[in-house]
Amino acid sequence: MDSLSRPIVFENARVVDPSRGLDAPGRVVVTDGVIKAAGPGATGTPDGAEIVDAAGRIVAPGLVDVRVFVGEPGADHRETFASAGQAAAAGGVTTIVTMPDTDPVIDDPALVDFIARRARDTAAVRVLPMAALTKHLAGREMTEIGLLREAGAVAFTDGRRSVANPQVMRRALTYARDFGALIVNQPTDADLVGAGVMNEGETAMRLGLPGIPKEAEIIVVERDVRLAALTGGRYHAAQISCAESLDVVRRAKKAGLAVTCGVSVAHLTLNERDIGPYRTFFRMTPPLRAEEDRQAMIDGVADGTIDVIVSSHDPQDVDTKRHPFAEAADGAVGLETLLAAALRLVHDGRTDFLTLFRALSTRPAELLGLPGGRLAPGAPADLVLIDPDMPWICAAEGLRSRSKNTPFEGARFSGRVLRTLVAGRTVYRYAQS
Amino acid sequence: MDSASKTRGFAHRHLLGIEGLTPAEIVTLLDLAEEAVAVSRQVEKKKSVLRGRTQINLFFEASTRTQSSFEIAGKRLGADVMNMSVGASSVKKGETLVDTAMTLNAMNPDILVVRHHAAGAVHLLAQKVGCSVVNAGDGAHEHPTQALLDALTIRRHKGPIHRLRIAICGDILHSRVARSNILLLSALGAEIRCVGPSTLLPKALDRLGVDIFTDMRKGLEGADIVMMLRLQRERMDGSFVPSVREYFRYFGLDAEKLALAAPGALVMHPGPMNRGVEIDSEIADGPQSLIREQVEMGVAVRMAVLEALAQHLPN
Repeated sequence: MDSLSRPIVFENARVVDPSRGLDAPGRVVVTDGVIKAAGPGATGTPDGAEIVDAAGRIVAPGLVDVRVFVGEPGADHRETFASAGQAAAAGGVTTIVTMPDTDPVIDDPALVDFIARRARDTAAVRVLPMAALTKHLAGREMTEIGLLREAGAVAFTDGRRSVANPQVMRRALTYARDFGALIVNQPTDADLVGAGVMNEGETAMRLGLPGIPKEAEIIVVERDVRLAALTGGRYHAAQISCAESLDVVRRAKKAGLAVTCGVSVAHLTLNERDIGPYRTFFRMTPPLRAEEDRQAMIDGVADGTIDVIVSSHDPQDVDTKRHPFAEAADGAVGLETLLAAALRLVHDGRTDFLTLFRALSTRPAELLGLPGGRLAPGAPADLVLIDPDMPWICAAEGLRSRSKNTPFEGARFSGRVLRTLVAGRTVYRYAQS
Repeated sequence: MDSASKTRGFAHRHLLGIEGLTPAEIVTLLDLAEEAVAVSRQVEKKKSVLRGRTQINLFFEASTRTQSSFEIAGKRLGADVMNMSVGASSVKKGETLVDTAMTLNAMNPDILVVRHHAAGAVHLLAQKVGCSVVNAGDGAHEHPTQALLDALTIRRHKGPIHRLRIAICGDILHSRVARSNILLLSALGAEIRCVGPSTLLPKALDRLGVDIFTDMRKGLEGADIVMMLRLQRERMDGSFVPSVREYFRYFGLDAEKLALAAPGALVMHPGPMNRGVEIDSEIADGPQSLIREQVEMGVAVRMAVLEALAQHLPN
């Protein structure tokens, strides 16, 4: 990425930097692709700098989205690094962390290297891969965690799949500990899911669809937390969706375990009722749950039990979505709507901007040991300028993603990204159309 | 009253389920069906409401009974009826449900009657085609004409449905017949009981306002109607219930259990029956059985539905 970008100064900004607990009026000064100063005391204007009058709007660290499925390699017709990068930039996401369940599976250092190079050449934002935790995602033998990490893998996961065998999970957590590597698991018991396609309960019963009990998630979170205690390994539950899982994580944190968890923005803003008459764009893993669970997830973000909010961006096309609900694929796109949807928590008075950007930017960067996610001096100048109140209506057709499977079609949002910088370079600028 | 004014009480373009119908609309359909019963018993059975219209029966799941019932109903109303059976194996690779629907749509049918193994498939199809769509059963969701024919059969024997106690017994979990019947019969004011082993009762079933019994003897007490459901063979191998003989012991309808129901209780079954699994042959063929009459009412109800939809077809 070009680091010799023109210096830029944001004047009259509301500077939000969770890494320093800062939410105050001030300036942000960027030179050579890094933050020179940000906040009330930031002074100086580098020669030749572009001066931006933020007019009281927010400058915050760019979002670090740690659960993104890209079609490349293997399914470029759904999404490429280029198209995902455009969507990310427009959504204020400056780093996307990709999942290894591609074709081929990312379980070899050479493939990690391929992603790094391919993304560098084509994507507007930073792209960092998670590598497979087990070879071929088969859930049996662990991958070369050391070598993959050296090649640039930021964490280890089987992506959509959950590690079923507790012995495999135990060994992986134990071995990964020696490298300080983070193990990420989507907690789902496939046997309990069975033929289930949506949350078990009244809505599923009325629709005549097989349900997925919450226990399919809770049991695996509970198991993984116990294995984290046994091994001392670093464990991250990729997405949780129900109140009881949150309790398990809360207890683990209280006990001082290296356990963290994430939630997708869909589970903070939608519930099972949104499926309506079998709308497949609302089919996802974990399934959208009951309203009480959604409320619990918001509480979890507000009190910090949930560390990160992800888009769980998963591009699917008509070939996989235009089917009866039970036969359609899981997944929804979300890079471009992540921030706008998450801002509903602030507008509804459930969290403040600091808490929100901590979960969207600062914590995910910390978990993966990345230098970004903050506006502290010396940090990379990955940032967003947003108008938190600008109203807009989401139209699937206008999305930059190659796939249009958004559950937010026609949704009314307040809050829009005006400008996105990656390493000090502008990768997105809002243009009134 | 001419037929147009009688169907005025039904203002839908499709019949996708009982959900969404008002009690008045249900009664409109049942009244129309009464007339169809009369027509069907005449020598001259033909009416001309659907003359010149094309009806396609699109069955993704085999069903001799329902398909032939819809075929006869359509023909008695004067429609040109075409049957299309699309077995799972014959669906060409890559051709989706929607592709099939679009292909048929291009042939300008007026009414599509659809059965599919997936819940919601008929909804999806109705969004994509330009004609009226009738749900002939979608997965474990709904089977509205079955519920209508059951209600018609009950009404003809027991009079108004409200205040009747109706026990629906067996595999409620996988049954679209049960769902549609619960919705319809409770809309008309009946007391509904669901009887079955807990593994075959869906979670949150009580939210439909039914009483739930896992002891069939208790569930049948005082029931005016005993409605048995089919239990598919593959669910009796230990996955949902341990064995056929254990199921029949606790949930099969025999003379002894039926004796616990109200005097004069009537027995129904949507068919096809598994004799000796959910119902004893002696009961199925006995004097309290309405099973054969249900088949006759099936044709009448389907005629009523097609006639009610016909008024909204473009001229």
